[in-house]
Amino acid sequence: MKAIVCVKQVPDTSGKVAVKENGQLDRASMATITNPDDLAALEAALKLKDATGCEVDVVSMGPATAEGMLRECIARGADKGFLISGREFAGSDTFATSQIIAAGINYIGVEEDDVIFCGRQAIDGDTAQVGPQIAEKLNLPQVSYAAEIEKDGNALVIKRLLEDGFMKIKVQTPCLVTCVKELNEPRYMNVAGIFGCFEKPIEIIDFPKVENDPLIEADTIGLKGSPTNVFKSFTPPQKGAGQMLNGDDVAAQMAGILAKKHLI
Amino acid sequence: MDFSLSKEQTMMQQMLKEFAENEVKPLAKKVDAEHYFPVETVEKMAKLGMMGIYFPKSVGGAGADVLSYIMAIEELSKVCATTGVILSGHTSLCAAPIFENGTPEQKAKYLPKLCSGEWLGAFGLTEPGAGTDAQGQQTVAVFDEEKNAWVLNGSKIFITNAGYADVFIIIAITGTVVDKRGRKSKEISAFIVERNFPGFSVGKPEEKMGICGSSTCELIMEDCIVPAENMLGKKGRGFQLAMATLDGGRIGIAAQALGIAEGAIEETVAYVKERKQFGRPIAAFQNTQFELAEMKARVDAAKYLVYRAAMKKQDAMNGVKVRYSVEAAEAKLIASRTASDVTRRCLQLFGGYGYTRDYPIERMMRDAKITEIYEGTSEVQMMVIGGDLLK
Repeated sequence: MKAIVCVKQVPDTSGKVAVKENGQLDRASMATITNPDDLAALEAALKLKDATGCEVDVVSMGPATAEGMLRECIARGADKGFLISGREFAGSDTFATSQIIAAGINYIGVEEDDVIFCGRQAIDGDTAQVGPQIAEKLNLPQVSYAAEIEKDGNALVIKRLLEDGFMKIKVQTPCLVTCVKELNEPRYMNVAGIFGCFEKPIEIIDFPKVENDPLIEADTIGLKGSPTNVFKSFTPPQKGAGQMLNGDDVAAQMAGILAKKHLI
Repeated sequence: MDFSLSKEQTMMQQMLKEFAENEVKPLAKKVDAEHYFPVETVEKMAKLGMMGIYFPKSVGGAGADVLSYIMAIEELSKVCATTGVILSGHTSLCAAPIFENGTPEQKAKYLPKLCSGEWLGAFGLTEPGAGTDAQGQQTVAVFDEEKNAWVLNGSKIFITNAGYADVFIIIAITGTVVDKRGRKSKEISAFIVERNFPGFSVGKPEEKMGICGSSTCELIMEDCIVPAENMLGKKGRGFQLAMATLDGGRIGIAAQALGIAEGAIEETVAYVKERKQFGRPIAAFQNTQFELAEMKARVDAAKYLVYRAAMKKQDAMNGVKVRYSVEAAEAKLIASRTASDVTRRCLQLFGGYGYTRDYPIERMMRDAKITEIYEGTSEVQMMVIGGDLLK
């Protein structure tokens, strides 16, 4: 049994957001973090490792600099890293990305009782599409928005967090699970992990390693394989500071302010 | 000298900052106000391998290095000096002397549990009549053939971590030695004493000016039975062992002082940008800028002394025959003075608000003072440095 965790390096949105003249995000000039939901996915996998002793592999698609994030995942307790990287993959939207990651996961190999964990969505694109798309392309059952995961023989019992309540689902492994931040509290990197993470293997999965996968075609990957086009991206103008009202008569205060502005 | 951090040390610093900010800082006020020993923080630190940072994995440590350990004390002390000294006392004053002087059996028995944080460590040298004059010891150990054990009598005071520690390094007199000229002096040895050994007890915690959550108590030994195999190092070498232990400990305290000073500057920088007087933030006034600029330069100078001492200790860990007494003394002298000076000046920039308990700066000022006193006063550090210079 093993757990495969998909992680993404995203811009640190608590810092400054930079946009290039052509409207694309200027990722190089922004500080990066590991996507928060993906950390919840990693923690879920590490909990499974604590309970069963299974191997935890982390996989990411991105530039060479994403290796640092994979090392951090290893320092938290993962065993191996895979970085899917190559200029053939550049410019991919969610469709092409899931195509490539699915091929990368095929390369790693999915066995009978494996579980693939993804974060619900990345804080940069907020699409929540890549995880479910990977499952579809690998022909695996998927459960999204997992808030609680329990292992039950060769199945998982998952509590899904929905807008108006919960749903409990039992799913056969191998399967794919997307996790929400509320699922757990990600552990820190530990000292021994940090001082051992540079000896652990990180394999680069480049284009030649996956080119024979049926999912990989010239028109399914990269910019050419991406049906989505970004029309424009921009930093929305900042709203002015709000005003907090206190006391028992907030309604009266509010009415006064609105009246002064001739809004009522 | 190269002070650039390795890839591992950079990651370590990142993890420590996150840990200090999320886990330690929220408790700091309570630790001070309620004299609360943060047991839950120690447990969290233990889980992350922080209770045995620089010891090799073969003895249960995390296999990191001395500088990473020193940075841990620094980062913790930036937000809570009490948490910083818990780690320093445990590691430098208890685990380190066992690692450096212990028999294979002693190491196997104590180090894995100390490094995993299952056991907390402490060190007892100071007595009511033996502070800076550490040779004025009164605690006596007499060997009992029948029990094959040492019987200890006496007391130790101001012992850091005492209320929560499981293992103590205790310094005691084991006899008298006569030198070539016929002069008598005390023969001093070291022992590993467990909390539950018969005849051992811990007194009430001291009421202190700062580091209020740190458990500082008296240790009382009344016919305390310590098995023969628990003598640490050679008989009669206890004073040297204690002094060498303090050399390491002083780097830890220097790091604590450094952290307090850095933490105070961080708080002050945030405050002076917010606080407005005469229609502008007080950061816009040149007095504020000059004060902070000088403090920052002094803190950086202290930092390099502390890191240099840590790197010299690393050389010793790596088997190089070096001593780091002078480097440790210089680091502690300068870092502790800087901490006291910087926290006092930062409080002045805070003005009246700084004097209240609504802001952490008065706590930092109280916490800073102890770093000029414990594990050798500033005067002792100058004796070490001067003695070496004029030898």
